[in-house]
Amino acid sequence: MNLHAIRAIYLFEMARTWRTLMQSIASPVISTSLYFVVFGSAIGSRMVEIDGISYGAFIIPGLIMLMLLNESISNASFGIYMPKFSGTIYEVLSAPVSYVEVVLGYVGAAASKSIILGLLILATSRLFVDFGIEHPFAMLFFLVLTAVTFSLFGFIIGIWADGFEKLQIIPMMIVTPLTFLGGTFYSVNMLPPFWQTVTLFNPVVYLISGFRWSFYGVADVNVAVSLGMTVLFMLLCLVTIWWIFKTGYRLKN
Amino acid sequence: MSNIISVQQLNKTYDSGFRALKDVNLEIRRGEIFALLGPNGAGKTTLISVICGIVNPTSGTVLADGHDIVRDFRAARSTIGLVPQELSTDAFETVWATVTFSRGLFGKPKNPDYVEKVLRDLSLWDKRNDKIIALSGGMKRRVMIAKALAHEPRILFLDEPTAGVDVELRRDMWEMVRGLRENGVTIILTTHYIEEAEEMADRVGVINRGEIILVENKHTLMEKLGRKELRLQLSEPLAAVPDSLAPLSLTLSGDGHELVYSFDARHEHGDIAGLLRRLGELGIEFRDLRTRESSLEEIFVDLVHNGKPGGPDTTQPAAGDSQ
Repeated sequence: MNLHAIRAIYLFEMARTWRTLMQSIASPVISTSLYFVVFGSAIGSRMVEIDGISYGAFIIPGLIMLMLLNESISNASFGIYMPKFSGTIYEVLSAPVSYVEVVLGYVGAAASKSIILGLLILATSRLFVDFGIEHPFAMLFFLVLTAVTFSLFGFIIGIWADGFEKLQIIPMMIVTPLTFLGGTFYSVNMLPPFWQTVTLFNPVVYLISGFRWSFYGVADVNVAVSLGMTVLFMLLCLVTIWWIFKTGYRLKN
Repeated sequence: MSNIISVQQLNKTYDSGFRALKDVNLEIRRGEIFALLGPNGAGKTTLISVICGIVNPTSGTVLADGHDIVRDFRAARSTIGLVPQELSTDAFETVWATVTFSRGLFGKPKNPDYVEKVLRDLSLWDKRNDKIIALSGGMKRRVMIAKALAHEPRILFLDEPTAGVDVELRRDMWEMVRGLRENGVTIILTTHYIEEAEEMADRVGVINRGEIILVENKHTLMEKLGRKELRLQLSEPLAAVPDSLAPLSLTLSGDGHELVYSFDARHEHGDIAGLLRRLGELGIEFRDLRTRESSLEEIFVDLVHNGKPGGPDTTQPAAGDSQ
């Protein structure tokens, strides 16, 4: 294992985060705070409780997950796309590193940044809403698992993309709508039965439900199912990345 | 002298169907400066990219310092440094950060003293805290070299190292390359500047349409394939080359003032003495004379455009090769 290489890639990527602090961290924190102001305080104060939880508190796990998914994908896809775009990928490809080490470096940095961001949003939300965390370790576990899984997904997008448009299209056109329709702002149980069934085909429902359970002990779907779906998606991403490096898809030809 | 790179039956066909390398065999000797010449699209960069691990070969084997580049890629790649043709840099990073990154990426522990030495050798020390985006093209090229040297490679590939740099910097780089060779680094460079190969290389390889058409010691190559010319400035113009001189390969300039005798460099001095004697006998006087021999560029153009030369095995040194 080339630990020096993993460390070099990780620190190099994290340095980019600190260099672009406003864009990397401050901007997502500010936009999430605006969600709290609008949906949590302004509108939430006029809404009834959901599953015995105030609306402001109810949306916290969903909002964290919304940011976590977008940032994980964005960080990881940009992390690997930029060397491809600038041409510096030659150095990674010619270095004595295995694909596992490359993934650990890039995905590790992307996930780290997302986790930091998630925790910052969690702390920020405490300024707006009073809430508790029933299962803190499970919350951290879901946070890390989701960040890693979607960073892997972002890494795949970064390799697949051959232009900035493609880099943005999946987060904008697929992930964000799925997150909004995945129970960020409502409980799946509030939907008519037909739409409840349709919603269960949305993988983000399982992420938000599991994460919300770790906060309040209530979930739209069974926690084990949430965990299983997330792990399944992570395995799919890992197999795809293995195939990419095995074939050199969009990297070596 | 042992070989540090051994390429055997290497083929590369891209997904588009374009066959970039065709049964390439090539041996690079430890400690030499090897110049790989070829026109655009000949396969130079593809060959380097395969050896460095950037492009997957279709078939064939490559050993770098005895290590197979596929099966034993870690050991093989650890020995190689690459300066690519394009100025591909992390624009917003500092010189120090990007060179340190390269060292770590190649599995080397931190060594600020070594990085400092590399930067000083390349006149980059004063720029170490500057962002790369703020550097001139020449300085960026130096940064690329510093990155390639950061992990102390034994083999250095320079793909068009002086493309777009000014004459002064080119000279500096030549000096630097010679210095690296003196420290035991094997240098393989591709270039369009034939004078660069002529100036620095120990051996020259010519690749065209994916095939290595010749590998030869530079001086041997010039001796074998070069042409020499003797140009005589005549005191009085001639209307035509005298019949008695017809057996010699002589041409007369348009105004009749210059007689040019071309001969193959491999035949030593041709028959200059005989020519001068006959001129004397014919009463043809000359004011001045000068000789010149073909440049590597002329040899290269001849090889690429007029096909393979006859002669030595294209992948092995010729008899009498001084290396």
